[in-house]
Amino acid sequence: MAANGNGGGKEPVLVVVQLTGGNDFMNTLVPYNEGAYYDARPLVNVPQDEVLGINDELGFNPNAERLKELYDAGNVAVVQGIGYPNSSRSHFRGMDIWHTCEPDKISTEGWVAKLIDRLDPEGENPLTGVNIGRGLPRALAAPGVTATSVGDVDNYGLMTGIEVEEERNANLEIFKRMYTPAVGAGLVDEYLRQTGGDSLAGAEVLATVPGQYSSSVEYQSNPIANSLRDVARIHTAGVGTRVFYTNHPGYDTHSHQPPVHPKLLTELSGALSDFMADLREHDAAEEVAIMVFTEFGRRMKDNGSGTDHGSGGGAFIIGDAVKGGLYAEYPSVKPGDWLNGEDLQHKIDFRGVYGTMLEQWMGVEPTEIVGGEFEQVKPFDRTLVA
Amino acid sequence: MADDEVSLMAHLLRRAGVGATREELEAYAARPYEDVVEDLINPERFPEPDDDVIVRYFPALTNADTPYLWSARWIYRMVNTQQPLREKMALFWHHVFATAWFKGEHGPSMPVHVQMFRDLGLANMRELLLALSRDPAMVNWLDNCESHATAPNENYGRELLELFSMGVGNYSEDDIKNAAHAFTGWTFEQPIPLYPYGGYHAHFVYKEEDHDDSEKTFLGETGRFNGADIIDIIVRQPATGKFIGRHLYNFFVADEPGVSAWSVTEPQDPDAVAQLEQAFLESNGDLRAVMRVLFISDFFQQARFQRVKCPAEFIAGVYKLSGEIREPDPQMSHLQLSLRSMGQALMDPPSVEGWHTGKEWIDGGTLMERVNFAVDRVADPETPGTASLIERLAGEGSLSPEQAVDRLLDLAGPLEVAETTRAALVSAASEGGDLRFGSEEERDASAHRIARLVGLVVAAPEYQYA
Repeated sequence: MAANGNGGGKEPVLVVVQLTGGNDFMNTLVPYNEGAYYDARPLVNVPQDEVLGINDELGFNPNAERLKELYDAGNVAVVQGIGYPNSSRSHFRGMDIWHTCEPDKISTEGWVAKLIDRLDPEGENPLTGVNIGRGLPRALAAPGVTATSVGDVDNYGLMTGIEVEEERNANLEIFKRMYTPAVGAGLVDEYLRQTGGDSLAGAEVLATVPGQYSSSVEYQSNPIANSLRDVARIHTAGVGTRVFYTNHPGYDTHSHQPPVHPKLLTELSGALSDFMADLREHDAAEEVAIMVFTEFGRRMKDNGSGTDHGSGGGAFIIGDAVKGGLYAEYPSVKPGDWLNGEDLQHKIDFRGVYGTMLEQWMGVEPTEIVGGEFEQVKPFDRTLVA
Repeated sequence: MADDEVSLMAHLLRRAGVGATREELEAYAARPYEDVVEDLINPERFPEPDDDVIVRYFPALTNADTPYLWSARWIYRMVNTQQPLREKMALFWHHVFATAWFKGEHGPSMPVHVQMFRDLGLANMRELLLALSRDPAMVNWLDNCESHATAPNENYGRELLELFSMGVGNYSEDDIKNAAHAFTGWTFEQPIPLYPYGGYHAHFVYKEEDHDDSEKTFLGETGRFNGADIIDIIVRQPATGKFIGRHLYNFFVADEPGVSAWSVTEPQDPDAVAQLEQAFLESNGDLRAVMRVLFISDFFQQARFQRVKCPAEFIAGVYKLSGEIREPDPQMSHLQLSLRSMGQALMDPPSVEGWHTGKEWIDGGTLMERVNFAVDRVADPETPGTASLIERLAGEGSLSPEQAVDRLLDLAGPLEVAETTRAALVSAASEGGDLRFGSEEERDASAHRIARLVGLVVAAPEYQYA
């Protein structure tokens, strides 16, 4: 394949998957030959003989078997040891920081929103950025930027409770008129009307999506699989979406981690694998890169039932254009190297991982979006941008 | 009854409550404005809402301690209470002292935390801050339970000053440290073990042996201060009067920029905030007195539709209009999801900073949730509130489309709308000509058209404002 080829006029698409709650990276990619790991995790560990090794030091959690298959096929770049200085252990603060790239102050401008703004500065397509889920994560929110949040593609839209189709359409026509810019409206009102108009326009296009999709891939039935199937449906319908965002909740495993975390990894791995297969079936994979991230890792030591908030998480960059392998560096799990005596040290700043996706995959200058210059990794062996 | 009296009363009740039915508004408007304000700021004159009825009729809403059940109960109270300002003050303080359920194992302390706001929301600021500092949900939320005489945790001391009373720029890092020292030993204990008995709310305890009793300097005063002394000093500060005044202005009068901007942006109406600050200082932090000044002021009475409703106000306000959940109702169990989807999971704010208010409530996703929720509730002629609007209009004989729209905007608000909005509504009303109520057929057709119009009124941009 030609490097940097412009694959038949296709534009790059980014799919962001947020593992909400703080995924236990150490139990996802396990340092299975480190005694220190098993010493620190007497209860919440992955037994050595179950680990799906990728080298002498690290291996996947057996429940992430389908992710490992993607890895073995060379489609997964694992970015290890991600974090930022003075990591916040608060979920919301932690997630806020990841969403806004502002570790030291409160910001309301999300990094994905800024990307959307670069891709579609005039806001011509309300579907340039799509979140799958109810409500809009802060990553997609910024003044003047439209992003669409889709809870359920099959029943998406305004006034969907009105069952008689002609009546609903007539109401939407009135809605459109009510939300046209009003003379002498204030800034808030202008924004409100703009948002209403954009929502309606986005919904009209999305209404055509379910009818256009068919696939031989049978996804499992769970939230992340449903979400990624929705991403596939919207992407293959060709409505111009360049950034998708979705989240997989439940990773805050303070307690009962041994039964909970494996189930999450099984669901996630299966969903990612099915999603890739689905895209390939539709000849719609080459333009897509997935970034799977979480707001922090977990504490070195388990607490007898689960693990508390820690630092040093990891991300997966997945796609057909990805050069599979390990990137950055796995943090040392030896007690002497623990941060503050209890946490993994981070090796690469999360803003460098965003920068990687923004600059190398999306072709967008990242410095302003992520608030500085940060070391990137080189996880692609071809891209659609020059 | 003069329209402007009803409009003013509707404004007052949207702010001091979550709105009111037309019948309630007309009863209020028959009395002097100042008398209504006195009733609102003295909620003890009225009986408490009977939310025991939920326990009796709806055991499924009480047998588990989760935010979604308690959120539904709270919305139910907002809709049915005869003490609207009491619930509204609780919501206000929940915005300011944002504390969430999600952190750890003390969720059952959250309903107790909210009840504290009901009980002290109009009391003295000193009493309120003292109760807040002893509140197990707060102690857990900001880690004061991890603050020990030999190793103080500064989280609570910092937020007490930064977010709960004075605001950035009015104290030093040393003041934070010394406040944290003063609150060491303020912690809580579990009545019985969490496992396997399940969650029960915790109780405050003061551990003298874990309190740092040394001499401290705080905001220029020196002594062997304990937490209560710190609060005394805080409540005397003009900065506290201004900060709380600005919060009250933002929540009850007109949207301000986010709190994080307050140290660098002056209030849009500095004189209004100054009046509230003065009322706070003159009354030594008597919140009832401050609220009286606020509601009586010209700046309040003139600030119609200057705030974007928060989701809780929006949802409860829609129920006021729809006439539903006057008794416990199965649909209440969906309220937590609706609140969350609109960006305001009650008792689960995103962080100690609280929710970002005003225009930040609105984005493509939340607006759609709001519109769909409201339309689903009211656009049915059988819905009690809508049925009562239909009855009122039917009593007026036949109506032109313009008359019908103007009557509905009046009865559902009164709402002031832009000409584009009104024209769109009139064109919807015109489909079918004049509304008539002569024959049964005409009545049915008109009822259906009115219900549709009520749905469109709540879908209008103007309905998003309080």
